[in-house]
Amino acid sequence: MPRKNLNKELAIKVENLSKKFGDFTAVDNISFQVKQGEMFAFLGPNGAGKTTTIKMLTTLLNQTKGLMRVYGHDPQTDKNLVRNNFGIVFQDQSLDDELTAYENMEFHAVLYHVEKEERKKRIESLLKFVSLWDRKNDLVKTFSGGMRRRLEIARGLIHRPKILFLDEPTIGLDPQTRIHMWEYIKKLNKEENMTVFFTTHYMEEAEKYADRLAIIDSGKIITQGFVNEIIKSTKTNSLEEAFLKLTGKSIRDESAKSIDRMRMGRKV
Amino acid sequence: MIGPIYVMWLRQIKRYTRSKSRMIGSFAQPILFLLAFGFGFGPIYQKAGGGDYIQFLAPGIIAMSTLFTAMFTGIEVIWDRRFGFLKETLVAPVPRIQIMIGRTLGGATVAFAHGILVAIIAMFVGFKITNPMNIPLALLFLFLIALLFTALGTAVASKLEDMQAFPLIMNFLIMPIFFLSGALFPLNGLPKAIEIFTKINPLTYGVNGLRATLTGGVQTGLMMNLGVMIVVTIVIGLIGSYMFSKIEI
Repeated sequence: MPRKNLNKELAIKVENLSKKFGDFTAVDNISFQVKQGEMFAFLGPNGAGKTTTIKMLTTLLNQTKGLMRVYGHDPQTDKNLVRNNFGIVFQDQSLDDELTAYENMEFHAVLYHVEKEERKKRIESLLKFVSLWDRKNDLVKTFSGGMRRRLEIARGLIHRPKILFLDEPTIGLDPQTRIHMWEYIKKLNKEENMTVFFTTHYMEEAEKYADRLAIIDSGKIITQGFVNEIIKSTKTNSLEEAFLKLTGKSIRDESAKSIDRMRMGRKV
Repeated sequence: MIGPIYVMWLRQIKRYTRSKSRMIGSFAQPILFLLAFGFGFGPIYQKAGGGDYIQFLAPGIIAMSTLFTAMFTGIEVIWDRRFGFLKETLVAPVPRIQIMIGRTLGGATVAFAHGILVAIIAMFVGFKITNPMNIPLALLFLFLIALLFTALGTAVASKLEDMQAFPLIMNFLIMPIFFLSGALFPLNGLPKAIEIFTKINPLTYGVNGLRATLTGGVQTGLMMNLGVMIVVTIVIGLIGSYMFSKIEI
């Protein structure tokens, strides 16, 4: 894969970042950088700390210690400045069930300050893009899982942030839709120089679309670099093999969920 | 700035008007209270020299239904957290205070409209507004009740992660606020401890104000009631905004 001419500006800088929930260390002293205009994959088994890291970078969670910068702003103290720079597609559902597909798109566009004319154009083209235009006036609660997922992605793409976070965006989507979606994101990345920070469990997606990546396991980053470098250094033939070699073959608990439960237990 | 506040407001309105079962449920309760208490206690109240109990009770029931609707719409933050939509609003490039203001105004509008509809229903049961000149002031009291308790619901819900705490809120917050506000019975000759609670209960001042303006009862202290409602609404609004701005997910 040809290396792009990357701008010097840093999109993300993370140094010695940690997050603890009680005694449990979800993110353990990680450091990495993402350059402006890069497609960066953040990979790891379930419960490795990917979503927690994204939550900290996107101002939803405060870190226990360490330094974070998103376009030079601190997500913990300059929340609004950071929020001006990113868009996000969450791993789990974040639509309003009681609103229609169109309303979900429109409300999002208003919250992200997209001008009215532009708003209409983009909503129409994105809803057509994810094949939901015919269903635009239906309440989201009548949608299947795949339709919701497509709507979430379409919504995340209405505005044009400097950096887009995608937390397992293609989970539950068929291969056609996945390829379709990634090509679109790649196009945005190229044409608008949008930085993309994504997680996925489909290694072929990371191999194909990421410029660089980091692999995190049990809260620690175990390796990071260019895709072909990682494949070469592990003496394997594909990213999937490299990933399994680095993280082992044992199946992980969905400990993200048990953390949630733990946190719930602590707070009333 | 208007855009985000407006869409958050609009969202609350749409959610409410689309949920038919919720609307029916929320009208059934005040009607039941009006009929059961109104006709049940009416004769005793009259014998005790209180006069027409419906005249006394209706402002209380109007305040009650506004209180309940306001608290429930405020507490919806917990649902939004559970179903994920809260995240979507919390990462938007909009100061959280605007999100909070939009939500709270939306919830308050719903609760306010609800109170007005209950007032109209009460008229069918025999409630009479004695001084129509006072209606604007009565509406102001009603809106303050709606606003105050939506903000309180939001503040409480900002600290909670799931609905398991809901019975606690119901039994330790909403019900005592309602029962000890003078909505159902006059607050005379109560034991000291209960009297103190009624004095620090903001709904007491709302109910007093509504009753005075709608039925022309005791007018003294009207400005004091209004002043207390305004100050408490501002304070709770500020606390709610602060708690909302500190939400972590």
